[in-house]
Amino acid sequence: MIGIIACGAYVPRLRLQRQAVADAHAWFAPGLRGLARGERAMAGWDEDAVTLAVEAARDCLTGLDRARVGRLVLASTSHPYLDRQNAGIAKEALNLPDAVATLDVGGSQRAGTSALIDALQAARGGAGEVLCVAAEKRRAQPASELELVGGDAAAALLVGEADEVGAEFLGAHSVSIDFVDHFRAEGSEFDYGWEARWVRDEGYAKIAPAAIKAALAKVGVAPADVDAFLMGAPMRGVNEAVAKAAGIPAGVVREPLAQVLGEAGTAQPLILLAQALETAKAGEILVVVGFGQGCDVLVLRARASAAGAMRGLGVSGWLARRKPEPNYIKYLCFNGHLDIERGMRAEFDQKAALTALYRSRKAVMALVGGRCTKTGTVQFPKSPISVNQNDRAIGTQEDYPLADRLARILTHTADSLTFSPDPPCYYGAIEFEEGGRMTVEFGDVDADDVVVGAPVRMMFRIKAVDDNRGFTKYFWKAVPDYLPAAAAAMAAQ
Amino acid sequence: MASGIKDRVAILGMGCAKFGERWDADAETLMVEAFQECIADAGIDVSEIGAAWLGVGFDAQNIGPSGIPLAMALRLPNIAVTKVENYCASGTESFRGAVYAVASGACDIALAMGVEKLKDTGYGGLPVRTRGTAYDMVNVTGSAPGFFAQLASAYRAKHGVAPEELKRAMAHVSVKSHANGAKNPKAHLRKAITEEQALAAPMIAAPLGLFDCCGVSDGAACAIVTTPEIAKALGKTDLVTVKALQLSVSNGWELQGAGWDGSYFHTTRIAAHKAYAEAGITDPRRQLSLMEVHDCFSITELVTMEDLGVSPEGGAVKDVLDGVFDADGQIPCQIDGGLKCFGHPIGASGLRMIYENYLQLLGRAGERQRQQQPVFGLSHNLGGMPNQNVSAVAIVGMQGA
Repeated sequence: MIGIIACGAYVPRLRLQRQAVADAHAWFAPGLRGLARGERAMAGWDEDAVTLAVEAARDCLTGLDRARVGRLVLASTSHPYLDRQNAGIAKEALNLPDAVATLDVGGSQRAGTSALIDALQAARGGAGEVLCVAAEKRRAQPASELELVGGDAAAALLVGEADEVGAEFLGAHSVSIDFVDHFRAEGSEFDYGWEARWVRDEGYAKIAPAAIKAALAKVGVAPADVDAFLMGAPMRGVNEAVAKAAGIPAGVVREPLAQVLGEAGTAQPLILLAQALETAKAGEILVVVGFGQGCDVLVLRARASAAGAMRGLGVSGWLARRKPEPNYIKYLCFNGHLDIERGMRAEFDQKAALTALYRSRKAVMALVGGRCTKTGTVQFPKSPISVNQNDRAIGTQEDYPLADRLARILTHTADSLTFSPDPPCYYGAIEFEEGGRMTVEFGDVDADDVVVGAPVRMMFRIKAVDDNRGFTKYFWKAVPDYLPAAAAAMAAQ
Repeated sequence: MASGIKDRVAILGMGCAKFGERWDADAETLMVEAFQECIADAGIDVSEIGAAWLGVGFDAQNIGPSGIPLAMALRLPNIAVTKVENYCASGTESFRGAVYAVASGACDIALAMGVEKLKDTGYGGLPVRTRGTAYDMVNVTGSAPGFFAQLASAYRAKHGVAPEELKRAMAHVSVKSHANGAKNPKAHLRKAITEEQALAAPMIAAPLGLFDCCGVSDGAACAIVTTPEIAKALGKTDLVTVKALQLSVSNGWELQGAGWDGSYFHTTRIAAHKAYAEAGITDPRRQLSLMEVHDCFSITELVTMEDLGVSPEGGAVKDVLDGVFDADGQIPCQIDGGLKCFGHPIGASGLRMIYENYLQLLGRAGERQRQQQPVFGLSHNLGGMPNQNVSAVAIVGMQGA
């Protein structure tokens, strides 16, 4: 049976309050008040589509042997690199074996669903298990509708052939039409969009229902039998109208998370699917729609094990881990829209030595330390001679991944002097429960979270950006332990 | 075990520039200022100096590479000049080079110079810099206060000290040093402060406020050393000799190993233990007359009292608040004002500490002279950060003590 074996997601902790955005723009664009309800997920300054993707993938792979992943596909329209494979960065961070195929997909808001269809078709063709990740950090022009409507998030789905899956892949249908509702050319910073009424009436209303009907006909499912309609169009009433035009009952159109997350671009259909699987009952028919220069439609049938496919926090878990952000200026700064005075300390040259990064890629990108096979001493990073003070064994260390292990805070500070895009910079020493320690920055924290003994988990983040050369340096940060006990037990397997 | 160098090397002369925001001076000017005082004190000609060591921490910020800048500034007669860098312990490291050269018999008279010109960066605090390619990839690019502030978090957790109580003891450390610095014409900061001021100061790196941090300044200090025999032959009568000179360097255990709790300096304990053995000191709390410790931050001075064995473990807060280390206390600490008031021109600080102990031993410290004749003066010069550092301990005293 081909289908979805596991699913996961990641939503950044900060939720920008839309009212704050609308209030800031009220003098210029009072019409944005109509979009001022709710909140949208907002990536930290140290998050991009790759880090979001890595966290979603880790959520998806909680407790699973990563060696089973034969192929990693990363879909996004906000890939941080144009020419350095973004999926390849994620592969390193996930500590997947080198013998894995990786691929970036982009170019359209439909990239996520297209990647998922391809992954399922590839699995059907015997490609092994494919980890399909879609991630988006929306880059929106200040005072645009997208700024309010968009959201930053990621979803990951492990697909393949298995005796039992969370959701069985019944089939898919795609149409490709160069319907230019918006575009962003090479070198352009922002989208340029056309009139919303035309997009709704000529685009969504005509292209999507036809594709959905064709997909359902292809797999032999009657529109009336659909149990979950998963489409993430950010325009009010459009998802309902499309479902209705396709003959799908209005009651099965799922809330597209507009008020709590926003529309995470090409990742949105996959996020909605991952969330639907959390509660899907055996036999339920799920229809997933991706729209952009045409339309992708996937039809799946939930199995008894659907909820078991979510092994980590899942969409709902990440949505619950939130901190409201009422400061629109902070959002502007995090996204580089406001060039504030950062001080001379920010002038520190962040040039990365690519030779050294390559040599140390396991330590830097995957947080792999060393374990002495003679004494069991765990350390980070690995070194020729063990740090064990009683046995300086030479050349005895084996790879010892630390990224998924729980640690506790040993020392800490909140540094207001050192440059940080989000001051103060919290950092300190942590000690992993099973051995090994390091000095690390703390992410996603408030002052009260940082106390000696507090449990923390690692997250893949941006360490610094070399603005002179456009290179992003990634590393790991410690965040307050977020895993519920059951997921933690699974992660420890 | 080696018997050490106790009393094998005497200080012939010392000098110290006026520390501060020396907008008027570059590194060369500062070195000459310290040297002129030093060589006049030594009473020798520059041609008699056999070798020299130069301690600098941030060479990219001021003098550049090599020992040449010292040779050029002083127009030394083409003798050997070695530049040393060992984080903030570079000053004591330069002294160690000169002292060991004399102790070994390799040269009769040697010079140690420490200098730092920090106020050419355009901003306050120490310059931001790389700690090496490999380190930068997996470690935090924090500030010095941020690294040392972590001592407080671990110290509180270990000893169950309330944050307010520790903060008050830290404030006392700084209030005491400011009172001392106010009496020192060569200090950078010469205003007394109150505990209330210290407690209310803006936060730099929690829980370190502005007055928990030492200043950053320009400065230079210099020593000329020789054998006691040569010193006497040159007409010196009251000789200050080196009793001990020890250095301990982290090997990564604190940073990467297991067992260190973050609340103390592993290296200082080792360096102090070795230094006391070398100097023949068995009870430092009773035998030490004066301490100049590396008070880069108030919390550093506080925990160092325990690491040097003058306060029991967990007892520094009480000792500090009881005034044990005040100028009129049992063992005055930073009687010259310390890093707190001198600021910390990296390469100069270790020699500036020895300079004060030298003056105090000879009764030349003026208004701040300790009335009871000092016997042993300890200086403690620390480089790096709590989890990865160089700790230097130097003990000087009157010959025969």
